Amino acid sequence: MLNRIFLFLILGSIAVFASGTIEGEIQKQALNIPAIVMFVIFVGATLGITYWAAKRTKSAKDFYTAGGGITGFQNGMAIAGDYMSAASFLGISGLVYLKGYDGLIYSIGFLVGWPLILFIIAEPLRNLGKYTFADVASYRLRQTPIRTLAAFGSIATVILYLIAQMVGSGKLIQLLFGLQYEVAVILVGVLMILYVTFGGMLATTWVQIIKAFLLLSGATFMAIAVMAHYDFSFGALFAHATELKGVEIMSPGGLVSDPVSAISLAVALMFGTAGLPHILMRFFTVGNAKEARKSVFFATGFIGYFYILTFIIGFGAIVMVYKNPEYLDLAKQAISGGYPILGGNNMAAIHLSHAVGGDFFLGFISAVAFATILAVVSGLTLAGASAISHDLYASVFKKGQVDGLKEMRVSKIATVVLGIVAIIMGIAFEKQNIAFVVGLAFAIAASANFPVLLLSMYWKRLTTRGAVIGGSLGLATAVLLVILGPIVWVQILGNAEAIFPYKYPALFSVTVAFIGIWFFSVTDKSESAKEEMEAFEAQYIRSQTGIGAEGASEH
Amino acid sequence: MEQNIVDKIKVNPDYQELVKKRTAFSIKLTIAMLVVYFGFILTIAFDPAALAVPISEDSVTTIGIPIGMAVIVFAFILTGIYTKRANGEFDDLANKIKESIKDS
Repeated sequence: MLNRIFLFLILGSIAVFASGTIEGEIQKQALNIPAIVMFVIFVGATLGITYWAAKRTKSAKDFYTAGGGITGFQNGMAIAGDYMSAASFLGISGLVYLKGYDGLIYSIGFLVGWPLILFIIAEPLRNLGKYTFADVASYRLRQTPIRTLAAFGSIATVILYLIAQMVGSGKLIQLLFGLQYEVAVILVGVLMILYVTFGGMLATTWVQIIKAFLLLSGATFMAIAVMAHYDFSFGALFAHATELKGVEIMSPGGLVSDPVSAISLAVALMFGTAGLPHILMRFFTVGNAKEARKSVFFATGFIGYFYILTFIIGFGAIVMVYKNPEYLDLAKQAISGGYPILGGNNMAAIHLSHAVGGDFFLGFISAVAFATILAVVSGLTLAGASAISHDLYASVFKKGQVDGLKEMRVSKIATVVLGIVAIIMGIAFEKQNIAFVVGLAFAIAASANFPVLLLSMYWKRLTTRGAVIGGSLGLATAVLLVILGPIVWVQILGNAEAIFPYKYPALFSVTVAFIGIWFFSVTDKSESAKEEMEAFEAQYIRSQTGIGAEGASEH
Repeated sequence: MEQNIVDKIKVNPDYQELVKKRTAFSIKLTIAMLVVYFGFILTIAFDPAALAVPISEDSVTTIGIPIGMAVIVFAFILTGIYTKRANGEFDDLANKIKESIKDS
């Protein structure tokens, strides 16, 4: 049965691309055989892995955590694969291409959350949790309200992040193959549903590892190719770039124009990273705290290296893609002037791959970018599905009275539903800037998930009431301020002026969350609050020593 | 975890040492990261011109570039420092604590 589904899919994807290239000719896209071949190889290989993983995914623990037997290095690679999204690769290199130095500021923000995850979160998370971060947050608090809140925070983050990925994938495939945007989004959704429902965390992990390897290799090649043009002199590269775009690309520009925006963006990226459910979930795939730490060490290295590459790639695109007639969008230029590139600024890295490596390398990078999207959406969907099945279904509705197999089945149904939601949202959000949708996901992760998780680990006086009210206030504030802010209120809803003037709400919403949690905890004089405080000591000992922690299952 | 084990570990000097040392170490490294990052981002907010200074007279490269790269490398080095100490010294202490409750 499984065999037949996979065979059908491989054949199906070939057929889809074959038909796509016909449409592509109508849109004057060159037939890119290498891209199609490499994409089909990737899909074939990952479906093969999924088939292999499906046979090994027998229990709920296998499904959620790949049995807990992933090594620190593998997990570090998978975390990097999970985190280096299409928004990072295309969005940040596009931002560097557009604004130079501002892109670097953005990427540094995405990195600096990692050390904090290691110093504060990773170890207690691994020692206290089982499948989701809500396991930790609800360890000594009341299950129903805490898990409901955590699940909402997770699902909101996951869906926003999914939108960004789906939009990226649709545009990318549209540009490369001339395939219809909707068809591309549906293809991504269907593949992701297959990986996750059949292969669970094991397949997801290996898809992420392979993708991380491919992406790092491809980006390394591009950066080297760019630098080789300038005899590996950054000075020469920057000098040429400033001739084309002016010296202002070498220094901070408009991304963070005022102190409040700067701090708010920093808070969102730092604390948001530590509140992303698909990232937190990865810590349960390793056997113990030692491997969890190694995971972060390797992940930080890979991600940091990758951001340095995206910076070079962005500048490479300035010197090789900008004003290059081959990549110029003539139709757009006729309307708005300037030098717009085909597919928009987020396609800068893709065009650069063609400029440095021709059709073959363009094909490789396109397939890699597509693989990136598949890997990230798989991780996201698995995290979202776990929040639904493990937190909402098993713990809230069934009060923990459910067997693992039933829970796993619910998780698979949730995966399919989330996949469909992702497809619909991907189509609906086609025209949005993908980098800022991710920013919104970070704001919610930072304001709802992170404060509750952090305080549940370290603050004895945290009570259920404080966590629920404070966390909800944080979530509501983040969403409300984003709606009233410049992007949604002005750019999307078309109002003249934003009610909330800042693009990044995290500084305010995180503060609201912490104050809310603190206030409603310390004023909680109930009997259950007393019990929750008394339970802290045992929890703290486990979080610090790992005594009683979940181990790896045997395979 | 049973209450008697909790009570036993609580007074275990190894446990107290572990918590004390690791908390201090985590806080130190966290502060180091926050100071460096917020120093960087607040410079951008309050005095962006400070990062726009060229590294030499005839160069367009600004000092903001190496500083930004250094923040990335610094973050990575910090994770290395923590992982090395925690996987050695702290895990040894944690294992001693685990041993001590096995005897009972």
